[in-house]
Amino acid sequence: MRIGVVALQGAFREHAQALQRLGAEPIEVRLPRDLDGLDGIVVPGGESTTIRQLMTEYGLLGPLASLVASGLPVLATCAGMIVSAQRVDGEPLPGLGGLDIDVSRNAFGRQVDSFETDLPVPAIGDHPFHAVFIRAPVVKSAEPQVRVLATLPDGRIVAVQQGNVIGIAFHPELTVDDRIHRYFLRLVTERAQVPSAAHSN
Amino acid sequence: MERGTLTVKAGHAEMLKGGVIMDVINAEQARIAEDAGACAVMALERVPSDIRATGGVARMADPKIIESIMEAVTIPVMAKCRIGHIAEAQILQAIGVDYVDESEVLTPADERYHINKHEFTVPFVCGARDLGEALRRIGEGAAMIRTKGEAGTGNIVEAVRHVRTVVASIKRLHSLGDEELVAEAKEMGAPLDLVREVARTGKLPVVNFAAGGVATPADAALMMLLGSEGVFVGSGIFKSEDPVARGRAVVRAVTFYEDPDVLLEVSRGLGEPMRGIDLATLRPEEILATRGW
Repeated sequence: MRIGVVALQGAFREHAQALQRLGAEPIEVRLPRDLDGLDGIVVPGGESTTIRQLMTEYGLLGPLASLVASGLPVLATCAGMIVSAQRVDGEPLPGLGGLDIDVSRNAFGRQVDSFETDLPVPAIGDHPFHAVFIRAPVVKSAEPQVRVLATLPDGRIVAVQQGNVIGIAFHPELTVDDRIHRYFLRLVTERAQVPSAAHSN
Repeated sequence: MERGTLTVKAGHAEMLKGGVIMDVINAEQARIAEDAGACAVMALERVPSDIRATGGVARMADPKIIESIMEAVTIPVMAKCRIGHIAEAQILQAIGVDYVDESEVLTPADERYHINKHEFTVPFVCGARDLGEALRRIGEGAAMIRTKGEAGTGNIVEAVRHVRTVVASIKRLHSLGDEELVAEAKEMGAPLDLVREVARTGKLPVVNFAAGGVATPADAALMMLLGSEGVFVGSGIFKSEDPVARGRAVVRAVTFYEDPDVLLEVSRGLGEPMRGIDLATLRPEEILATRGW
């Protein structure tokens, strides 16, 4: 499995390492030419303003958005979820699409409000996931076709899935628990098994 | 729900990796930095080259300046306090900055002790010239390290020396036997548990950026090639002829540091860089990197 990891800025190496541990082949993606033959893509955490800007400038945004629209599995964490969202704080910004949600940036406040907590994520198993939230976004609203994967005790949505696109407000790449990466790789495997959808490009 | 843990503090630095943190002195510069693609800004009253030129005691910036910068941008905002100045650090934490830089660029407040950074919720970045200094700071609770270089000179030579020194020491530790590590820790003046950790993992326990002397996109790319995980640029951007173009170019150089074609493209036609200083002309008391211990 060739899994692209958008490597413009942020914690891309940690995602690549997690994928490698699980037997996938991570490919660093900076330019459109790096998108050939991918089975899935990870959009990591980092500064969403920086990542969005570099994706636009180096021509990655358009081609990657088309791949996402055609069903390429996506794991988008923190900043990645922000650039995959339909709207950011109510504004439609140029992004990858894929998630019909409105996200709120730095929703918990500044760095001093960053936190870690045990979070139930039923889709990946019964044990809670130890989730690290860093200047994290939350999903303010989601269209009905979006499945909620996790909420905080106060009801705020922090993980979603729409088709093959997973959006996570926290950082599964910073902890050793690999269940979220496994869950993503299952989507990749399932898609590869559907002959018509796989590698249509 | 736990706040201010080492995971959360060091995790924030992980998100800055592969990015450029720019010194800014007002809201307008902060916006320029954000538009250029900076992953964070450092809010200051004066950039290091002006601190050199003006002389006198350099202190934490007026909170009003820091707050106006925090209002102007959505990217993280860092600010500097003096080495050992616990009260300045508390003020910066109360303002709500995202990172505190306990910095040798300001005039030290304590000649013996650095701040006990474990006691703070806000994460700290500290400068280091070698591995021992980096591990002492991490032992005190720093969640991010930057090699010091020589701030405000536009001269990369010290930054190169410091990154190379740290990288060489890490390689050396990695090759030592466990019985040798105790003696090594004593010689370095570093906590043994951290020395053991570096020997085992072959890397620093926290993110390591380069700083002090970056003036061109090529300088920034050089620091990345030598093993830094990102770059601080101080006077290099806003003391150059065209800060907008230079800021963008440095950001792109850090992302594409392994791609000479992109480096060539972004290096072209940027106008005059900052003037720069030959370090041989500095008097010993003008050297900032030797502050801190």
